Amino acid sequence: MDSSTPKTVSSASANPSPSRPVSGFQFQILMYRVQRYTTLVFAHLFCLMVAAACLFPLIWMVSSSLKTQSTIFSDMSIWVKHPHWENYYWAWTRGNFSRYFFNSLFYTAVVVVGVIVISSLAAYAFSRLKFPGRNVLFILLISTMMIPIPGSFIALYVLLVKLSLIDTRLGYVLPQINGGLALGIFLLKTFFDKLPQDLEDAARIDGCNKFQVYLHVAMPLAKPAVAVLAVFNALAVWNEYLLANLVLSNRTLMPLQRGLMVFQGSHITQYPLLMAGIAISIVPILTLYFLMQRYIVAGITAGALKM
Amino acid sequence: MKPFLKFFAPLALVAWGSILFSGCNKGSSSKKGELVLWHWMTDREEALQQLADQYQKQTGIKVRLELYAPSDSYASRVRAAAQTNTLPDIYGILGESRDLASFINSGHVANLQEALAEKNEGWQKQLFPKALATNTFKPGNQHKVPPGVYGVPIDVTNIQMIYNKDLFKQAGLDPDHPPLTWNAFLDAWHKLKAAHIPGLVSGWGETWMIDCFASNYAFNIMGEEKVMDTFRGKVPYTDPDWVRVLALFDQIHREGLLVSGVVTMVNKTAEQTFANGKAAFAFNGSWCVNVYKGMNPDLSFSTMLPPKLSDKNPMRIWGGAGSSFMVNAKSSQRDEAIQFLKWLTDAPQQVLLSKETSNLPSNRAAVGQLPPSLASFASQMDATTHPSQWAVTEQPTVTEALDKGIQSILVGEKTPEEVAAEVDALKKQQSSK
Amino acid sequence: MTWPRLRDLLTTYLFVAPAIILFLVFSLIPFLKVFQLSVFEWDGISSHMQFVWLNNFRTALFRDTSWWISMRNAGVITLLALSVQNFLALVLGLIVDREIKGKNFYRVVFYIPPVLSGIVVGLVWNWIFDGSHGLLNHALTTIHLGQWTRAWLADPKTAIYGIAVIHMWKGFGWGFVILLAGLQAIPRELNEAARVDGASEWYIFSRITVPLMMPVFFLVSILTVLGTMQIYDIIVSTTNGGPGYHTEVPITRILAAMVGSSRFGYACALGILFGIILLAVSMVQMRLSKWSARFS
Repeated sequence: MDSSTPKTVSSASANPSPSRPVSGFQFQILMYRVQRYTTLVFAHLFCLMVAAACLFPLIWMVSSSLKTQSTIFSDMSIWVKHPHWENYYWAWTRGNFSRYFFNSLFYTAVVVVGVIVISSLAAYAFSRLKFPGRNVLFILLISTMMIPIPGSFIALYVLLVKLSLIDTRLGYVLPQINGGLALGIFLLKTFFDKLPQDLEDAARIDGCNKFQVYLHVAMPLAKPAVAVLAVFNALAVWNEYLLANLVLSNRTLMPLQRGLMVFQGSHITQYPLLMAGIAISIVPILTLYFLMQRYIVAGITAGALKM
Repeated sequence: MKPFLKFFAPLALVAWGSILFSGCNKGSSSKKGELVLWHWMTDREEALQQLADQYQKQTGIKVRLELYAPSDSYASRVRAAAQTNTLPDIYGILGESRDLASFINSGHVANLQEALAEKNEGWQKQLFPKALATNTFKPGNQHKVPPGVYGVPIDVTNIQMIYNKDLFKQAGLDPDHPPLTWNAFLDAWHKLKAAHIPGLVSGWGETWMIDCFASNYAFNIMGEEKVMDTFRGKVPYTDPDWVRVLALFDQIHREGLLVSGVVTMVNKTAEQTFANGKAAFAFNGSWCVNVYKGMNPDLSFSTMLPPKLSDKNPMRIWGGAGSSFMVNAKSSQRDEAIQFLKWLTDAPQQVLLSKETSNLPSNRAAVGQLPPSLASFASQMDATTHPSQWAVTEQPTVTEALDKGIQSILVGEKTPEEVAAEVDALKKQQSSK
Repeated sequence: MTWPRLRDLLTTYLFVAPAIILFLVFSLIPFLKVFQLSVFEWDGISSHMQFVWLNNFRTALFRDTSWWISMRNAGVITLLALSVQNFLALVLGLIVDREIKGKNFYRVVFYIPPVLSGIVVGLVWNWIFDGSHGLLNHALTTIHLGQWTRAWLADPKTAIYGIAVIHMWKGFGWGFVILLAGLQAIPRELNEAARVDGASEWYIFSRITVPLMMPVFFLVSILTVLGTMQIYDIIVSTTNGGPGYHTEVPITRILAAMVGSSRFGYACALGILFGIILLAVSMVQMRLSKWSARFS
């Protein structure tokens, strides 16, 4: 930089000298800064308020998990004077978490990968490839999202018995992958639709086949959407329980939510242990979200996308 | 994409691999010498397991327990399994008598009449008649079920009024003489109100508890026969006696008797409220003894029948079998299953179950060893009735309209006459179909 | 058709084949079964079913007032969620999309409500809305608005809005995550170039962000409609549909028919009717999306 040029804007306003009268330009900068600063303060205040509303139940849950059955609803204070940390130990052992935890990790990984692979392939075809029946198939597939059929559990059970998938891991996983497909295809198609055609054409000219274009061009650009899908599906599988009860009977195959059931009797709920159990159970899911959000917010790197 | 794959790929590979090689392990089809039992009672899992182990030691027969909770999801599993004939040897049926009837009529439930009557009714005499009645179908019943007993009760229960003795003392009431009539009850409430003590709490967000309270008073006001005639369609809901029942709820609303929010409260919340001394009365079942003990060991309470409104008919409370087990009629090990249930309801086992879970035992011999709070519930077993024992039951849609209507009365939205007219119109519409 | 073209087409079908197979087995077969059951009178247990033509549908359409009340209730919550919840999600997304301090903290915290179990949500919100010891009433009394206090979830006037608040609180995190992903997919240079040209923030938002985000907005709005119309968990852990029918929603009605009164065939008919309505609404939304795309 040429040293003879006047001071840059930022450094000038960073050291305003009070002796000189403020020039119009500097005043503008000042106003801009004040405005920027106040919007920032308001933005932060707003975010903090919402954050407080989100955190409150979490804090309440953790504080409840440290109380006893007799103090949990009589002593409503958030700060627990005599915390019962052993509740976490009891929740873990009595809920048989060591076994269920592994099962849930396993189911979550399988379903998430299954959903992402299958739905991204389909979404890519629906978005970028032409074939007869494309629209009909697309509507059919995503309509599964719209039709909640509470009565279908009997049909599903009969089906799984016929396929001898009842009480197997596969029988538990496949319906869940199917359940995640509609959202996956819909979401990914929205993102694939935005891909510039010339990027794809360029890859084709370089000799990539359809599959290679999908893998090396489309997928990397849809990374935020894939991360969102991973987070959503992981949460769904992690909290899934009704299907597990219908499909599985072998205790060794049950997912984590089964462990939480131990504390909820038909008449008696052991609230502190339940809260401790829930607190334990949401740690992995928040961790996953924390890891994944890096991809959600990584954004599209410069120059890759021209919209 | 690469770091993302790095994170997930190994996990997924292992997972998919083990899925493919996990093979089939058949679930509930039981082997010879092993009984499979399905239940939903999370809080009794440990006690039942303990008993099953004992049984295996004594007889060599293994009983495999499979727990499916909560009860809604258990009920779905049982219904689904009935469609594929994959029900276990022993299981429970949740629902109303028409559901049980449907299971029986489809051949899923064994008739235990003979086994109960064997050896001079040895087994039958051990059990509370009211508990057996819950699973009994009499000749000529409305569901066309062959007469017989189709389930073994493992505990009994009933639903009464419970009052907080300390709050009674605070208001200057005698904690040993609870109000017996409706007017005395209202007087007591006025004293409590003057002392700023909240009144009645119950899980009336669960409509069946409203239904229970309402039918207690319907029996008291018009007697069982007239209630049945209403269900048969011979007496309209606009009858003055029914309006009187509904007016009771209007009075409850006007007197401010209910703790705020009771109309949409689930029973577990209601129990928290009463256990923490935030209500003088609760309308609750015998299971509450255990619940209150856990939440507030110092709570001093006692039970009373809902205060009588009329002297013409006795007050009837709901009660009967709490939980029952059925034997699968299609099981190849029916007799073994029946033998196990016989053993399970024998006095020593019932004492253990009752002690571990604070439920009322279904075996009469086991009652002697109850703590006083439970014994006061047991003493009222003779005053109980239950829809499953009635000659006819109301159509569920009509019952729902009645219960929802009562909720509307309790929030001051509708008058008793309006609700009576609405329910009556629905009843007529349903019958005309 | 030539062999290379046929091969090309076949490989294309390979992309959709896994999805189609799963769909056929695990969605279509159960769906057809439910469809079949919807024309029967059946209690869900017995081996006897009675064919009743379209009677179940006729009852649902013309005689079951509680069903239409439940649709209206879900509709009210949906309209609120579409406007308030999505507006909140968008504002938060826009703020966090910027380079502001603590954005990582916010991003994680805003996703807590969707992660929390329904049991905790029910317990906490029941406490907030409680009539005698509730936090909300307590706060109102403190700021001298004591006359407004009430049992929020038991009052026919406020129950449905109480439910809507809980639902939106639990739901905005989803919208936030999707909208944020969409915002992040907008190349930074576009905004920066406009800023260098002296464009105002509003101009950037309305002329660059909104048009590029249109598909994502529609995705989020469709998901909001579907998710809200199928609201269920919150109802069960708070009001159970009461008082009266004020917080009944379609799913609670379907379950009431299925389990509460053992009318399985009727429940299936309600489910199908509900599915058709949702499908129609989504179709309208998709049409709107295509239509508005022409103008941007």
